[in-house]
Amino acid sequence: MAKVLQKANSFYDIYERKSGMNKDITHYCPGCGHGVLHKLIAEAIDDFDIRDRTILISPVGCSVFAYYYFRVGNIQAAHGRAPAVATGIKRAMPHSIVISYQGDGDLAAIGGNNIMQAANRGEKITVFFVNNAIYGMTGGQMAPTTIVGQKTTTSPYGRKPENEGYPVRMCELISTLEAPLYVERVALGDPRHTNKVRRAVRRGLKNQIENKGFSFVEVLSVCPSGWKMTSEQAKDWLQEEMVKYFPLGVYKDESSKVETTEAKPHVFTIDNINENLSIPTRESASDKVEKKPQQQYRNPKLIIAGFGGQGVLMLGLGLAQAGMEAGYQVSWIPSYGPEMRGGTANCHVNLSTERIGSPTVSQPSLLIAMNAPSLDKFEKQVVKNGMILYNTSLIDKKPERSDIESVGIPATEIADELGNTRVANMVVLGAYIGLTGILDKKTLFQALPKFIKRNAMIPLNEKAIERGIEFVQK
Amino acid sequence: MAKQLIKGNEAVVKGAILAGCRFFFGYPITPASEIAEAAAFYMPRVGGTFLQAESEVASINMVYGAASGGVRVMTASSSPGISLKLEGISYCAGSELPMVLVDIMRGGPGLGNIAPAQADYNQIVKGGGHGNYKMPVLAPNSAQEMCDLTMQAFELADQYLNPAVVLADGFIGQMMEPVEFPRAVEKIPDKDWAIHTDLKDESRLISSIDLEPEMLEKHNLKLQKKYREIEANHVQYEDYKIDDAKIILIGYGVVSRVLYSAVDSLRQDGIKAGLIRPVSLWPFPKQHIADLALKSDAFLVVELSNGQMVDDVRLAINGVRPVHFYNRMGGMIPSPEEICQQVKKL
Amino acid sequence: MAGNDQEYPKVVIREDECKGCGLCIVSCPENVLFEQKHLNRQGFHPAGYKGQGCTGCTFCFYQCPEPGAITVYKKGYVEEEVS
Repeated sequence: MAKVLQKANSFYDIYERKSGMNKDITHYCPGCGHGVLHKLIAEAIDDFDIRDRTILISPVGCSVFAYYYFRVGNIQAAHGRAPAVATGIKRAMPHSIVISYQGDGDLAAIGGNNIMQAANRGEKITVFFVNNAIYGMTGGQMAPTTIVGQKTTTSPYGRKPENEGYPVRMCELISTLEAPLYVERVALGDPRHTNKVRRAVRRGLKNQIENKGFSFVEVLSVCPSGWKMTSEQAKDWLQEEMVKYFPLGVYKDESSKVETTEAKPHVFTIDNINENLSIPTRESASDKVEKKPQQQYRNPKLIIAGFGGQGVLMLGLGLAQAGMEAGYQVSWIPSYGPEMRGGTANCHVNLSTERIGSPTVSQPSLLIAMNAPSLDKFEKQVVKNGMILYNTSLIDKKPERSDIESVGIPATEIADELGNTRVANMVVLGAYIGLTGILDKKTLFQALPKFIKRNAMIPLNEKAIERGIEFVQK
Repeated sequence: MAKQLIKGNEAVVKGAILAGCRFFFGYPITPASEIAEAAAFYMPRVGGTFLQAESEVASINMVYGAASGGVRVMTASSSPGISLKLEGISYCAGSELPMVLVDIMRGGPGLGNIAPAQADYNQIVKGGGHGNYKMPVLAPNSAQEMCDLTMQAFELADQYLNPAVVLADGFIGQMMEPVEFPRAVEKIPDKDWAIHTDLKDESRLISSIDLEPEMLEKHNLKLQKKYREIEANHVQYEDYKIDDAKIILIGYGVVSRVLYSAVDSLRQDGIKAGLIRPVSLWPFPKQHIADLALKSDAFLVVELSNGQMVDDVRLAINGVRPVHFYNRMGGMIPSPEEICQQVKKL
Repeated sequence: MAGNDQEYPKVVIREDECKGCGLCIVSCPENVLFEQKHLNRQGFHPAGYKGQGCTGCTFCFYQCPEPGAITVYKKGYVEEEVS
């Protein structure tokens, strides 16, 4: 035990960041509880020798200027958000000691969800919650912890439960959660109580040093200015009135059940990065487009449409994937936004030997219609001399247009013969490449594993593509 | 490297990781959710952290915390979520923290819809949050650029200690195109301002508060000087068939894709059209537009908004040529034919 | 100069850092702290030590909200060598 108790080394000698005069004293009012808690925290930081890795977060409230005083890494944060900021820095620097120092408005009102969620995640941080039942910094307004009947500038007739509800008890709330390690409420006051605060501060920090979990220490504190009392009256009011509503004690402590571990710093590495990102490192097909389909089939703009579940998105995706591997410029966009309704699906696909301008297809050179509503909806949009490929299994009429080439294929029936109606999309894809020569079968087969996740399905899909090609080439 | 057919939203995440980002804090929202999903999938595979926060507000503040430690960090959302993040973004700008924000814009106001839109231009480019801040804003128009501009955003953010934004619409986010991924950044810059854990006798501070008016003004002047420097060095745009153009179309993001097609189509009809596509929305290519104004007859600005970027075009042109405007606001992408009709009506 | 056990325990109050809240005074079990008549630089009546009777209990140190206002030297404290 030290033979002298003096200003902790974790405080700056002179508070250079403080504005104005008097850089040797804090900005806190006479008798304020913050200063006492600051001292207990600074003393613990000194004693545990953690100053070099301590990060203090001071959000809005009277303690927003905690960074004037603590000789540690400081982050000043937005109102209520200290637990989120603490989460960010702790995740980035797991070996640091992160302290979230929050007042009652900050923690229990505007930041209520942030503290609950950080607690619920079990962030390995230490939260010091200063509850003085009032908004001190802004001049004595009501806090979420203002007690019933207490007069403040925004509860001038006393807090009324029917209007403002009851004071929020944070320890009780947080201790219902599974993840928090240690939750205790202590109160400043006489030396005996202050000693309990000192012990709680140290336990909260030690838990983090031992990398154990989330520690929450609520400190009932005084605000003589806001309460309009002398320091002594304030101390008495805290012990007589506040403690009645906010019972002191340990609400949860699992620290003895958790092993001490060492937090390892985050290490930046790019080892195996392409593999880990599933980025292909070698060309799987040629760079040049060698296929030369007939003029009217070149640089197709497709709309592929049908019921949801008919695999129209995958049909388009397969075409784009194989097209890319054959060396085309490609784009694929699923029905999206206002068009996505009523269980219908469509996608727009471009394959081109030139740069693709608009990826949306307003005037398709090819419409693949898997069901009747799709034919009805898009037939009019097809360009003159364009093509419609339609599923005669589900469409019992022919396209009305005479200025286009239309080809019907009983895709669903063929797929059914193969044992699975879901491969009707690949039958049509086969028909399309068979008719136009835009891709060869080999390229398409090579591309299949890129868009069909289940390997077992690939032979069936290959068969379906072959049947589509056979049908149109007969 | 080989090409990969990939959604723009996923390309953002791969680009970010290649740029050295290992921390992602986000909250799901259509049409940006694939970014969070891809980050959730890939971050743990590269020794990084993905955390789904309790809200957009929390996620931007987690970004603030992680950025304070000097790591490369990002978040992504879509329009209403960005509205929620604005306070935190202002804090990042005020505290001079580098971070990357991706906004995949959707329809508004209010809940609007999930269709593509460009109505966050004012919110992102003109500030949105409180205070005197600016952010470099990059507007990709392809999946490739979703990757490339995300990577560039990290560089700009670190170079200028400022948030940088990738502003795309739902369409560019959802569309799949081939992407050729660049090499991974091997080392991220040293950050001698960040909160470290080996402070010894010094102490570092991340803060945006300055109570003394003179000091806050000084801070603002420093920020403004930085912004002038960005304006001088990082204007990006793409010209398309602009040399002899008499009608100049201006659009960004998915709209610019439609405008390429419209320009080609108009030229087939004998109309000398060209396109300027701002790639950086801030800094805006105002000088370039002003230079071309005198050589052309008229401008047509096309946006998926009520007319937000068009204000910047009008400021650049300063009345010397007529600036026409065409827009869609419900989620429809205008067709090239629609644009051609508008041009022919001029 | 070597420390002299008889000088300690004692309490030292930096008057200019004191805000006159009086918490130290009421916490002192020996009643050896008091409110001084004069005003300090900030206009508060600072606490003072009567000069004897301190037991080094440290109650006042932990009650005082100002980090540097109170120093308590306990019994057995030995001064550092001063060059």
